[in-house]
Amino acid sequence: MNLWKEFIKGWWKENPVFVMVLGMCPTLAVTNSVKNAIGMIGAVAFVLIGSSFIVSIIRKMVPNQVRIATFIVVIATFVTMADRYLAAYYPDLSRALGPYVPLIVVNCIILGRQEAFASKNGILASVLDALGMSIGFGIALMLMSSVREILGSGTWLGMKVLGNWYIPWQVMILPAGAFFVLGFLIWGFNSVNKAFKG
Amino acid sequence: MELLVIFISALLINNFVLHYFLGICPFIGVSNRLDSAFSMGLAVTFVMTIAATVSWLIYYLLLVPYHLEFLEIVSFILVIASLVQVVEMFIKKVSPPLYQALGIYLPLITTNCAILGVALLTVLKKYNFIETLVFALGAGLGFTLAIVIMAGIREELEFADVPETLKGAGITLITAGILALAFMGFSGLV
Repeated sequence: MNLWKEFIKGWWKENPVFVMVLGMCPTLAVTNSVKNAIGMIGAVAFVLIGSSFIVSIIRKMVPNQVRIATFIVVIATFVTMADRYLAAYYPDLSRALGPYVPLIVVNCIILGRQEAFASKNGILASVLDALGMSIGFGIALMLMSSVREILGSGTWLGMKVLGNWYIPWQVMILPAGAFFVLGFLIWGFNSVNKAFKG
Repeated sequence: MELLVIFISALLINNFVLHYFLGICPFIGVSNRLDSAFSMGLAVTFVMTIAATVSWLIYYLLLVPYHLEFLEIVSFILVIASLVQVVEMFIKKVSPPLYQALGIYLPLITTNCAILGVALLTVLKKYNFIETLVFALGAGLGFTLAIVIMAGIREELEFADVPETLKGAGITLITAGILALAFMGFSGLV
């Protein structure tokens, strides 16, 4: 039961993007199309689950003073694997994501989970926590990219969803649109939470 | 001329915060007050310029000759993490007033994605040494500019009547969006 709670807390209650406001760079940068967002979600989930697994295994061997450096090296190793894999099998996606795949290293969600959870808990709980956080991150990115792609180009994952009458709202796929959409989504998220509490 | 174009585009057109979305965490976290935003901006510019040049040297003098390009991410992040520590100790020893001003921001900079972003982008854009230096300087000043403008706006926002659920991150992001729109106007410069 407790493990289930660790698993689902990242979906909504402690959603890494909407509630903790972490990992903003990829959330804003790669959500101009759903395809890019899916690639990013996959890469982040792989790195997060992999490094949570390793960190929870080695958590008792690492001296406290060097723990952050150790975590970063573990994370950087997984990021390199993800980066090389994408470059080899999905060159187009890798080019579209550009520097944002290597930048997963400094994504605060990942280091945050290692520091706050994986370094203090067992393997199963840590992996479930990482999986739940990845799902929460995924929900946020899918929401962001769906809104932006539908409004900005009238398509969803490359499929046309709005008819020819729709004039694409170009700003939505530009940087400014990313800020607006995320700002409004956080607003909506807070309002929903408040309404349910009250 | 070429260098000027790189500098202007890093500073205004492809502003690191408003175009590349790098360094958003301090942008949202530290931009409450004007003076702390300015110090943070200067600290970032300082570390960014050193980090970009050192990573450039490591990449082209060490990784490329030995075909170790895949170690790029690991080596850059280690360089930046240790560099921040060295810079912190150096400033503390040489200039205590500067340390007073920048001190508390330096440790935060390690996890600032803008620093790693600059190092990665210079490799991606295949800049030479001088171009890297100019690019990093422009990017750092661009970050300072964005965070200082933002702090100025947020100081005013404190007196505005913002809806309860929009306070904090929400209104900051929407303001940043308007700022990004304004910065789009610079794209006609080059």
